[in-house]
Amino acid sequence: MSKVQIKMTVNGQAVEEQVEPRCLLIHFLREQLNITGPHIGCETSHCGACTVDLNGMSVKSCTVFAVQADGAEVLTIEGMAEADGTLSAIQEGFMQEHGLQCGYCTPGMITRVYRLLQENADPSDEEIRLGISGNLCRCTGYQNIVKAVRYAAEKINAQREAAE
Amino acid sequence: MANTEEMTLEEREKTLGGIGSARKRKEDVRFIQGRGNYVDDIKLPGEVFGDFVRSPYAHARVKSIDTEAAKAVPGVIAVLTADDLKPLNLHWMPTLAGDSQAVLADEKVHFQNQEVAFVIGEDRYAVSDGVQVVDVDYEELPVLVDPRKALEDDAPILREDVKDKSEVGQGPRQHPNHIFTWDVGDKAATDQAFANAAVTVKEEIYYQRVHPCPLEPSGCVASMDKVKGELTLYGTFQAPHVIRTVVSLISGLPEHKIRVISPDIGGGFGSKVGAYPGYVCAVVGSIVLGRPVKWMESRIDNLSTTAFARDYRMTGELAADDQGQITGVRVHVLADHGAFNTHAQPSKWPAGMFSIVTGSYDIPAAQVSVDGVYTNKAPGGVAYRCSFRVTEASYLIERMVDVLAQKVGMDKAEIRLRNFIKPEQFPYTSCMGWDYDSGDYHTALKKVLDAVGYDALRQEQAERRARGELMGIGVVTFTEIVGAGPMRNCDILGIGMFDSCEIRVHPTGSVIARLGTKSQGQGHETTFAQIIASELGIPSDDITIEEGDTDTAPYGLGTYGSRSTPVAGAAAAQAARQLRAKAHKIAAHMLEVGTDDLEWEVDRFKVKGLPEKQATMKEIAFAAYANVPEGMEPGLEAVNYYDPPNFTYPFGAYVCVVDVDPETGEVKVRRFYALDDCGTRINPMVIEGQVHGGLTEALAIAMGQELTYDETGNIQGATLMDYFLPTAVETPVWETDYTVTPSPHHPIGAKGVGESPNVGGVSAFSNAVVDAFAHLGVTHMPMPHTAWRVWQTCRELGLSG
Repeated sequence: MSKVQIKMTVNGQAVEEQVEPRCLLIHFLREQLNITGPHIGCETSHCGACTVDLNGMSVKSCTVFAVQADGAEVLTIEGMAEADGTLSAIQEGFMQEHGLQCGYCTPGMITRVYRLLQENADPSDEEIRLGISGNLCRCTGYQNIVKAVRYAAEKINAQREAAE
Repeated sequence: MANTEEMTLEEREKTLGGIGSARKRKEDVRFIQGRGNYVDDIKLPGEVFGDFVRSPYAHARVKSIDTEAAKAVPGVIAVLTADDLKPLNLHWMPTLAGDSQAVLADEKVHFQNQEVAFVIGEDRYAVSDGVQVVDVDYEELPVLVDPRKALEDDAPILREDVKDKSEVGQGPRQHPNHIFTWDVGDKAATDQAFANAAVTVKEEIYYQRVHPCPLEPSGCVASMDKVKGELTLYGTFQAPHVIRTVVSLISGLPEHKIRVISPDIGGGFGSKVGAYPGYVCAVVGSIVLGRPVKWMESRIDNLSTTAFARDYRMTGELAADDQGQITGVRVHVLADHGAFNTHAQPSKWPAGMFSIVTGSYDIPAAQVSVDGVYTNKAPGGVAYRCSFRVTEASYLIERMVDVLAQKVGMDKAEIRLRNFIKPEQFPYTSCMGWDYDSGDYHTALKKVLDAVGYDALRQEQAERRARGELMGIGVVTFTEIVGAGPMRNCDILGIGMFDSCEIRVHPTGSVIARLGTKSQGQGHETTFAQIIASELGIPSDDITIEEGDTDTAPYGLGTYGSRSTPVAGAAAAQAARQLRAKAHKIAAHMLEVGTDDLEWEVDRFKVKGLPEKQATMKEIAFAAYANVPEGMEPGLEAVNYYDPPNFTYPFGAYVCVVDVDPETGEVKVRRFYALDDCGTRINPMVIEGQVHGGLTEALAIAMGQELTYDETGNIQGATLMDYFLPTAVETPVWETDYTVTPSPHHPIGAKGVGESPNVGGVSAFSNAVVDAFAHLGVTHMPMPHTAWRVWQTCRELGLSG
């Protein structure tokens, strides 16, 4: 199948590649760019393991073609930590509150939470649960994920207040 | 490494991060940065991809397979069919249950989506193109999906390959579709108990077909180095050593030329214990092509072909006196194993540990019989977050005790307290021959009843019932049997179910330890280090735990059935004790005293009466490589293979409170209180996480999960659109609690916990839902308790308008 030239920014890096028009964004990221943080869990956009941030929205990259992301700004779990390697407040929260077990849903979950906390900086537990309901976890029962999100929100808000 | 010289005793203990410490998980650092290494992340030079052509029919004869068009697809490299595997004798493979399973359909298909051909190509897209144009000519055959019809005289014969065999691995057969009968217990004593009973109850209880459905599907990468004659197989293996032995036995490759590696695993829950056709085809593909071959199943493949669980049609009966004292249990099970008997149990146990069906109760007589049958459904019968059918057994007895309570008009907590094995009866031998190691069920249940305000809840329920409202209280007290198991009665392929740990202490006092188990999220890298830290006096932060590489780890039987802590955890403690014994001698040599002059304190040996004369483990570690007593081997390294003397018997008491909307059938979980007793607690944070996860899987099973088939064998619900995985919205807030009753035979007293909440949780939800209707004469409602099903019950009872 003939290939198409696409350009995008992935975790701050400009990339330019040839892809088949039918190539899914998740396969493009994982197979072509070797960005293996986002995972494949269902291929039907139910589980959210493949969640990436695309132009400021959480999307399930198993149901987006790579060509649809032409010109886009993409952020994955690999782009969450600071440039010097310092963990983000969300990553730290997941570790402190035991918000993960097998780790398979974690990259998608953290990427979703990254966007959720920009949509709502101080969510209630109920809003957190609704906000992550597109991301399935089979191990944790979500309770500690909710705590991890709260941990992150509190830390980010405290930092913001301190800066103001 | 921390400098311990200036620390107080308490600080040194804290620095150790040993047993009882809620230390954060070591494995999280990579997972939260997307640096996990799961099998699909592996990309070897020259790697190609393989996928299956699958049967659309549940039962059909394969008349011909035309692969020419597929081979012509750009990027397709090869197409394998059963005929290609026959010369290698790999078109069928043995199962762990003594049966055989078609790797690629040999003349017939026996279930929908069965593997028919394997297409290998440069990438998944080319392979997908190839799969679509393989032309298979089928002749449809009559389909059998109902196990109750499997044993009828005129039932279609499914497995022509074994139709004349008197046995397929697990006992005598009565019919070509019959796999085995397993009959245990004392029939005469049980019949007598029923004959003498003041009260008997009987209920048909179906534990539906469900699927473990871990978030990561199964897969592998097989890489044959043709020059060296060495095969490396990466895959989603809960038991990598067993896979190595199986691959050697069926491929004929010598076992030392096979290296099996389980990288990070994204959840298993029992589905990644067995061997699947994809593994065999990837290995064959790599041997033929000399290139690495990856196979990754899709979610639909996963739900429709690999490893279902349960599907037990149980007829339960209890005999009791008029005070609700149980005198006998009788159970018959019709077990649907699908097209091939691929259930994963220790060899001698065709229904696993199902005979633990007397549960937490002191019952004098019991009899259990299980008939396994073939149907045109996917093969399996694995233990979904469960130790070998204990979930089915626990569900049966916990439901039946409720049925009995309703019959004799007793409170559901009271009837349990009356029938419990008493604390002073431990160690307790059940009428089925199980030796319960320790327990205190009364204390556990009373603690839970107090915590939830049980009497007030029953009062509220009575008031609501008077107003026509539906409120249910589920009470459960489960006993598990885990940690398989003693080699005298537990084996897989004849290999005893021991497990192992090898510890190496480096000269600078840090450690690498390797075990025969494989974490899939349980946190072994964190918790096993804690056991070694406490035993060896070396901080857990200085201990690396490694699992899953058969070239480096000692042989072990893997992680399932909550066996890691009871068996490999025991091996870790024992190996550490061997090292401490050697360190003791080295310390005596260093300090120029006798071993009797030394005493152990947290992380060092001290000379009795001369506390300033001491040798820390760090110093001893260096001495082990520099200055050992004459005649002693240098080095500080030990390996332990642990054959457990018994199973462990974790237990718990759960209360679940639900409100049911009669107009919609929706069940709202108002409260769930779970008390678990897993003996010694290694890491309370990890235990609580395991309980949360297990309860959530129990919620899924009780309230929504089921794999159903239509009459022609089409699987319904093989995507996440149809198969229920709870989101954060449906999942309630869990309240957890614990008691500690150590196992007397385990080196550190630990019992294992991962599966307990799933075993107890399912019954708690189901008992709560049925309890909401108990005052209306309802004794049982089949799972899953979806809104649709519950609403139907409401409508039958005239409750919904």
